Amino acid sequence: MDPISIWWIGERPMAPGVMERVRGELAAAYGVAVACGEPPGRPADTFDPKRGQHLSGRMLAWLLQAAPPEGKLLGLTDQDLFIPILTYVFGEAQLGGRVAVASTARLHEDLDRAGERRFVDRLVKEAVHELGHAYGLVHCQVPRCVMTRAAGVRDVDEKSPELCPRCRHRLTEPGRSRHAVE
Amino acid sequence: MPSNERVRILVVDDEEIVRESLAGWLAKDGYAVEQADRGAAALARLAAQRFSILISDLKMPEMDGLALQAEARKLQPDLAVVIMTAFATVDTAVTAMKQGAFDYLVKPFDPEELSMMMQKIVAQQELVRENAVLRKALKKEHQLHDLTSKAPAMQAVFELARTAARSSSTILILGESGAGKEVLARAIHAESPRAAGPFVEVSCAALTETLLESELFGHEKGSFTGATARRKGKFEAAHQGTLFLDEVGDIGPKLQLDLLRVLEERRFHRIGGNETVEVDVRIVAATNKDLQRAVASGSFREDLFYRLNVIPIRLPPLRDRREDVPLLVEVFLERLSAELGRPIEGISAEAMNALAVHPWPGNVRELRNVLERGAVVARGPIIELLDLGLEGPSPSGAAPRGEPPTSPDASLDEVERRHIAAVLAHTGFNVSQSARVLGVDRVTLYNKMRKYGMKRDGEDEPSHPTPGR
Repeated sequence: MDPISIWWIGERPMAPGVMERVRGELAAAYGVAVACGEPPGRPADTFDPKRGQHLSGRMLAWLLQAAPPEGKLLGLTDQDLFIPILTYVFGEAQLGGRVAVASTARLHEDLDRAGERRFVDRLVKEAVHELGHAYGLVHCQVPRCVMTRAAGVRDVDEKSPELCPRCRHRLTEPGRSRHAVE
Repeated sequence: MPSNERVRILVVDDEEIVRESLAGWLAKDGYAVEQADRGAAALARLAAQRFSILISDLKMPEMDGLALQAEARKLQPDLAVVIMTAFATVDTAVTAMKQGAFDYLVKPFDPEELSMMMQKIVAQQELVRENAVLRKALKKEHQLHDLTSKAPAMQAVFELARTAARSSSTILILGESGAGKEVLARAIHAESPRAAGPFVEVSCAALTETLLESELFGHEKGSFTGATARRKGKFEAAHQGTLFLDEVGDIGPKLQLDLLRVLEERRFHRIGGNETVEVDVRIVAATNKDLQRAVASGSFREDLFYRLNVIPIRLPPLRDRREDVPLLVEVFLERLSAELGRPIEGISAEAMNALAVHPWPGNVRELRNVLERGAVVARGPIIELLDLGLEGPSPSGAAPRGEPPTSPDASLDEVERRHIAAVLAHTGFNVSQSARVLGVDRVTLYNKMRKYGMKRDGEDEPSHPTPGR
């Protein structure tokens, strides 16, 4: 399976501890080498003034042209993302492609006393989830699998950061990790 | 939990970015998603393959979402339609829902809302499918081939028919016209070891005695004027199969004797021939006559009666098994829907009540005919009471409104006048509805009303309708 690179492409700085935690969890989930890298800049032309949000598809396009020649690339951002049809998305990925993006913008909602720890847990789950799509996985209906659809933060909290056995098996099927644009 | 992979969704929007992002979102849920950029392209896809869900934008050039919905449902009536609109207007939502849309979405929509709506549609369609399977299984329990009944008397008939079918004994089916004697005969044949052989039917009442004799036994060339070639009869045609002698109570004395001989010896001569023809035929006879009374009065041979009456099966009239009416309605509407090529979803409660109390002198055949008429004239997918054109007592038991029936010596104009008056009275003088029932357009009906000087109490003569009013 392809190795993974993680880039922080947000506006405000991200705590190095958080990036390290995400790196470790991704390595455990996919069993591949994961490295935190420095992006060549920040995505441009992704902001939609009418929506006041960033178009996730353009984020993916920017990541794709800036990505290293090999492996999967996950961009993490603090910008609120959307696709034209929906009010917001937590992230987006090329299904079976090379790049994925996940946003922290809505992961601060409804934080209880667990606060920061819960926020990082959510980010880990979203990172594993979006990269799952990049490895060709679709949404899973097995309860608590990290690949279940999360339409709100409550859904994110309910699932585990792990792939269910079926998704894990699917990762090993030939043709899952292919380069394709949706 | 059902797999989403089997759920095929068609996304229709003229904006590529909207289409792509929605299709991408749904694909990640595992749905099989296809896209179309306009109504015509969507209809082409719907004509080519089945979809579970159609998600269409409301405002599109050429054909809008509502027009697409109407056309799409003609192609796939069980399609769940979701209309997307950029502006939340109550009117649009109401129109879409009235025309059968499952729901509508205001763009941009909340991911939670979209996700839950798709799950709801899939769950509902799964339920409908399960329900259909269960109903099919239940119906099968109540069926003997094309006969359907849950009435205990008919269940006994089915059991006897199944048992009798296994033997080669002669069966005599007794029952009123339209009760399903021929359908039962065919079912017996289909259940029998002779099912792969021919099922040959002869209507004994339809032919003269001479013609019937030739029809049954065949003839040799030159055996009578017009016999230009040898012709095999129905007995030979039914070799190794079943010969159904309908209205056997109507055959004359000579044929009764000939038939008796064949039943006893299983061989005969063609008319004008010397060759003995042996046949292996199972006889199923039927009559609506009281054969025992005919034997008593001497018009039917007693020995033939006993030859035919080996296994008698009596089909009860529909009025004695009224509990079957709703079941039969369902079966017939399903068949009529397929035959007429238009979706008929059911009949109104008022219409069903009327069918439940109708005396059904013509039995199941009459019920089918009434429903066929209803299916043809119904404007929508539901057959209403007036569509059935039922005559006789109203469901409440009150006498029908309108004028009394005409006498046999009435002129055609008089019959027409009275019939129009009766229909107008029945519809409460609703001209559009009456025209529909009578099978004419409103202008024709207005002309006839003027011709016969018909008007509602306190009204002048009817005027022609003005277009646009």
